[in-house]
Amino acid sequence: MTAKWTRRHVLDTDDWSREEIEIVLGQTDAMLEILSRPIRRAPPLRGRTVILFFAEASTRTRVSFELAAKALSADVTNITASGSSVEKGESLYDTVRTLQALGGDVVVMRHGSSGAPYFVAERTDAAVINAGDGWHAHPSQGLLDAFTLRGALGDLAGKRIVIVGDVLHSRVARSDINTLVPLGARITLSGPPTLIPTAWRCGDLPPGTSYEPDVDRALDGADGAIVLRLQRERQESGLLPSLREYSRVWGLSEARLVRMRPNAPVMHPGPMNEGVEIDAAVAHGSRSLIEKQVTNGVAVRMALLYLLAAGAPLDDRP
Amino acid sequence: MTDPATVNSPGFIDLHAHLREPGFEEAETIATGARAAIGGGFTTICAMPNTEPAIDSPGLVAELLSRAAAAGGARVLAIATITRGRRGKELADLVELAAAGAVAFSDDGAPVEDPRLFRHALEYARTLGLLVIEHPQDLALSAKGVMHEGAVSARLGLPGMPAAAEETAVARDLALARLAGGRLHLTHLSTAGSVELVRRAKAEGIAVSCDVTPHHLAMTDTWVAGSRAFAWEDPHKIPSAPPYESSTKVNPPLRTLADVRALWEGLADGTIDAIATDHAPHASVRKDVEYDQAAFGISGLETALPLVLGGVRAGWASLEVVLGALTTGPARVLGIELPSGDRLVVEPDHEWTVTAEGLISKGKNTPLLGRTLQGRVRDVAIGRARMEKKGAGLGAEAIAGR
Repeated sequence: MTAKWTRRHVLDTDDWSREEIEIVLGQTDAMLEILSRPIRRAPPLRGRTVILFFAEASTRTRVSFELAAKALSADVTNITASGSSVEKGESLYDTVRTLQALGGDVVVMRHGSSGAPYFVAERTDAAVINAGDGWHAHPSQGLLDAFTLRGALGDLAGKRIVIVGDVLHSRVARSDINTLVPLGARITLSGPPTLIPTAWRCGDLPPGTSYEPDVDRALDGADGAIVLRLQRERQESGLLPSLREYSRVWGLSEARLVRMRPNAPVMHPGPMNEGVEIDAAVAHGSRSLIEKQVTNGVAVRMALLYLLAAGAPLDDRP
Repeated sequence: MTDPATVNSPGFIDLHAHLREPGFEEAETIATGARAAIGGGFTTICAMPNTEPAIDSPGLVAELLSRAAAAGGARVLAIATITRGRRGKELADLVELAAAGAVAFSDDGAPVEDPRLFRHALEYARTLGLLVIEHPQDLALSAKGVMHEGAVSARLGLPGMPAAAEETAVARDLALARLAGGRLHLTHLSTAGSVELVRRAKAEGIAVSCDVTPHHLAMTDTWVAGSRAFAWEDPHKIPSAPPYESSTKVNPPLRTLADVRALWEGLADGTIDAIATDHAPHASVRKDVEYDQAAFGISGLETALPLVLGGVRAGWASLEVVLGALTTGPARVLGIELPSGDRLVVEPDHEWTVTAEGLISKGKNTPLLGRTLQGRVRDVAIGRARMEKKGAGLGAEAIAGR
């Protein structure tokens, strides 16, 4: 590989080149090899500190990053929302000063406000990995989805992937688009008109994407589907008539599955509302890659941690 | 004795400035705001009443005016609230507020949602010969938006405020102005649709005026994503800033290039009467936070002139139009004579760099920090003659109680 890794932070993949994505996916293969060993641990981040700063509830992503950091022998510290001062009304600015004083090498952060990782990255010396910010981005999810889809489909060039559901509020959808399109995939977005950004519904779409409100037509001949989680409060806020209608019109059922190409895989970032956006039979069926996504997630996060932390020589740190 | 590199102008009049005193003196005071105004060439500024307490009683108007007289700097005119406490429930004592010296009424930032109450405010204002200044925004539609709703908000994952949230409010306000005959002034219009609605209302003869801010004339929603190219500049030639800088968070939000072009057209054809700053200084604690948590507002008094001169240089409007919108335009809106002693010497080509230390305002919240701009006010002369009301305001029946 000729391209060089020059990123200080992983905040969004929207300005990444295909080469940069390939570097991470290549590293992920190496990390899966470590995870397949009897003792799932390698030493490259020994002596480095990874701070997990989760200002919004998350178990899956936090545990995934924690396992990733530990597999690379990093020291891991948690600042979670419940145990930290975020809930006591401490400002993000104050938290950043604390993070800076703690002197972690990498800060992995989850935050409810879109753009919050940029705020932190500008004010600390640590490398910052965005583990999900508001509706904006979830880069490691996009990368692990790309890695998982490639494992199932091979080269993604010319492949058509359907993303169905609440695209408007989904950082996963945005990061999937930003990762899959540079790899050559085309994306069809589907979902209720109220849950698709207006500009995207009205023709001003990101490159490589299109919008098809009819999920059946979207799925016809598709190479794979990514189902998004539907938050129940969307109905309460008037964006949906009812969850029942949503499930009937946009839920991924076995009957809909057959519209895709034979063996086209199904993914979901989790946690799932089975019976709402996805039927249990589909979620646990033979075409589901949902458990694979979880396994690959750890490897992708190892790759990101390694690239950010191991590149910087230890003695450069104060 | 004229220097070819300078332009003489009457002092600028700002219809819309937030001086934050009383209540938010950490953001601005009457004294610092009035001095910042002079720095920007504004010899007269209208203080918005959304202070704490809000300026909703004659005593508070008198107190504001006496503090301003003692503070020096620009001449400060008082805008009083439309409703008591800006709560939108009952009218403030509008006749007594006018008698105490209020030049206009506004619940700026808290649009009067009840159309019946707004109608009655317009009816009172008409009789008093004063303006009702409305911040047109449908709060249910703008909801929790923090920037313009469009392709940029979709990409950034930020909740958007659609252009329609402004335009439905403008349409309602115009219908009520037609009904009441009263003097409606729509402040900080930001969308192409709003300009078109006002253009048609004026053609119909409705007594309405409007203003636009320098930042809405110069910046687009791409600034939230980090662009720092003015509307007339090539975005590829201007270095970007990081995205989500809260200094770009302002209400109404920065809109699209098509909207900016429409604002300039409205300025050039006279649909837009005035350029007003909506100077909204904030203490850093209100801005040094997550984008969706940050306060709305840009500190604007000291950068207004160079921003609009940029559009003049690009050929989007003439110097005469722009200087008129800063002087005779707002005077006509207020129904006052230009204060004859207020004179400026403007150096349109003078280059200077915006810095936090260089700004007189306590509000350093501007996305222009570090930016080199062209155009400044070199000399300011301010007459201390009492300002006289020039007959009645537009469409007024009489000036009662004065």
